[in-house]
Amino acid sequence: MGMTMIEKILARASGADRVQVGEIVFASPHRVLSHDNSAAILGIFEKMGGEKVWDPDRIFIALDHAVPPPDAKKATNHQMIRSFVAKQNIANFYDCGVGICHQVLPEYGHVVPGAVIFGSDSHTTTHGALGAAGIPIGRTEAASVWALGETWLKVPSTLKIELEGEMKEGVFPKDLILYIIGQITAEGATYKSVEFHGPVVRAMSIGGRMTLCNMGAEMGAKAAMVPVDESTKAWLDGIGAGEYEVLDPDPDADYEQVISIDCSSVSPQVARPHKVDNVVPVGDVGDVAIDVALLGTCTNGRFEDLEQAAAVLDGKKIAKGVRLLVYPASCKVLDEAYEKGIARVLLGAGAQIAVPACGPCLGAYGGVLAPGETCVSTANRNFKGRMGCKDETGIYLASPATVAASAIAGKIVANR
Amino acid sequence: MELNGRMWILDDDDINTDVIYPGKYTYELFSPEEMAKHAMEDFDPTFAEKVREGDIIIAGRNFGCGSSREQAVSCMKYAGVSAIIAPSFARLYYRNSINQALYVIECAEASRYAREGKKELQHKEARIDLKKGLIAFGGREFDFTPMSGKALEIFEAGGLAPYTKKRLESVKG
Repeated sequence: MGMTMIEKILARASGADRVQVGEIVFASPHRVLSHDNSAAILGIFEKMGGEKVWDPDRIFIALDHAVPPPDAKKATNHQMIRSFVAKQNIANFYDCGVGICHQVLPEYGHVVPGAVIFGSDSHTTTHGALGAAGIPIGRTEAASVWALGETWLKVPSTLKIELEGEMKEGVFPKDLILYIIGQITAEGATYKSVEFHGPVVRAMSIGGRMTLCNMGAEMGAKAAMVPVDESTKAWLDGIGAGEYEVLDPDPDADYEQVISIDCSSVSPQVARPHKVDNVVPVGDVGDVAIDVALLGTCTNGRFEDLEQAAAVLDGKKIAKGVRLLVYPASCKVLDEAYEKGIARVLLGAGAQIAVPACGPCLGAYGGVLAPGETCVSTANRNFKGRMGCKDETGIYLASPATVAASAIAGKIVANR
Repeated sequence: MELNGRMWILDDDDINTDVIYPGKYTYELFSPEEMAKHAMEDFDPTFAEKVREGDIIIAGRNFGCGSSREQAVSCMKYAGVSAIIAPSFARLYYRNSINQALYVIECAEASRYAREGKKELQHKEARIDLKKGLIAFGGREFDFTPMSGKALEIFEAGGLAPYTKKRLESVKG
């Protein structure tokens, strides 16, 4: 019997020829990712009796969750992290403004096919877009990996999702993944690894694949991956990634479940409050007036997302009373948006462009909601209170095009 | 080892980390006492003042879905919760619980029975035998698979931090 991607990757990372589903292995990561929570992690590391980190070249830290820091406490956290980074000679540190960890990690060549990436952030699944295993872990685990260079994992079974047909014009990867989550539910892939196959994912950009894998976290997945193809290799060449060995799934790999999705029938989708699997076509959402439209985050803050929104907003103005917040995923994204005139289109329509960071997605700062407000967002979660206030607020998740069209209309609508 | 405590029966499936421990607190370095005060804040704002040492949560499917934030586990532990029973847990919540030495139990039958009889059973006593894998309340017993292997080793060490500390010390030996 052949092996799935996660089985091959975990076998290599644990120094075994093969692994079995359900087996416990100790895997050593190519990178361990953290962000502002590094302040907490370094405290745990020191409490554990850690002195020197196991490998300063394999630790990756990007400050993104409270950037620029909105208060002295969060600024102090950043200060603690900077001094730890200096003391430990951590090579891969990206300070405030470089971008969101899940964008910066691949942009700077830290993700290669076949790698194990542990991340102290639930959206670490994003890195499966490049054929790696991005596996989310907790803070204490991150501290333990800093100290020991490994952690234990149960080898998961794999859910194979075949994306058949062709996406209709005006339908984006975000619509597709919301549709899938609506079908298989928020726990449809719990404890499992997900592999996306089929002509639709083959034709999809790396950014689109990142959106799919990012949202894998919202179906409970341990990892979500796309097998490597020519697009992956071209993207990696483009950023000058080093050597890597591709670990493809075997044709006779043992999948726990195979689901086939006919993408030709998928229309623009929206996830209604307060669950990510509460999904309907945008046309069925009814009359929902909005106060905030959020474009960006690790799910949809890449150049192509800004470009798709700009195509809708070009020459138009957002509705009176609506705030359109743009959080590019990285400084490189923002730079390209300036270079190619996209930033001007967004500003011309009435958008506010922020420093590349997580922003109000997690409700800590930078555009949180007031009681009674409604937001349409390209982010990944619509839990009650997620954007900083739980009192009669509602978050609707959608694609950049839907968010842009809704900002113009002042209510949730699909782009026509 | 045996746990005894009052039950908090929560009807909902998919109780997420944002309602257990709101995002606005995740980048504050709070003391355990402060964390405990915010436990379940956006789910039930009265929970933190009413919960008592040893209490047991019984909830619906996919408990703890959402963020990797470990405080969604620590706040429960610091608030006095001794165990959480659900038909299923989000993967990260399950791992974080083991790493924080909070006992989590997958048992669909106990969850269903408790939720169906919520009116009579709410805040009544339950007993959990961790060795035998037995939950008892309302005159009924339910089996579960006790924690074993690496997970049990970490749990018995008091969590991953003390476990790693021991391993580091043995290396330095």
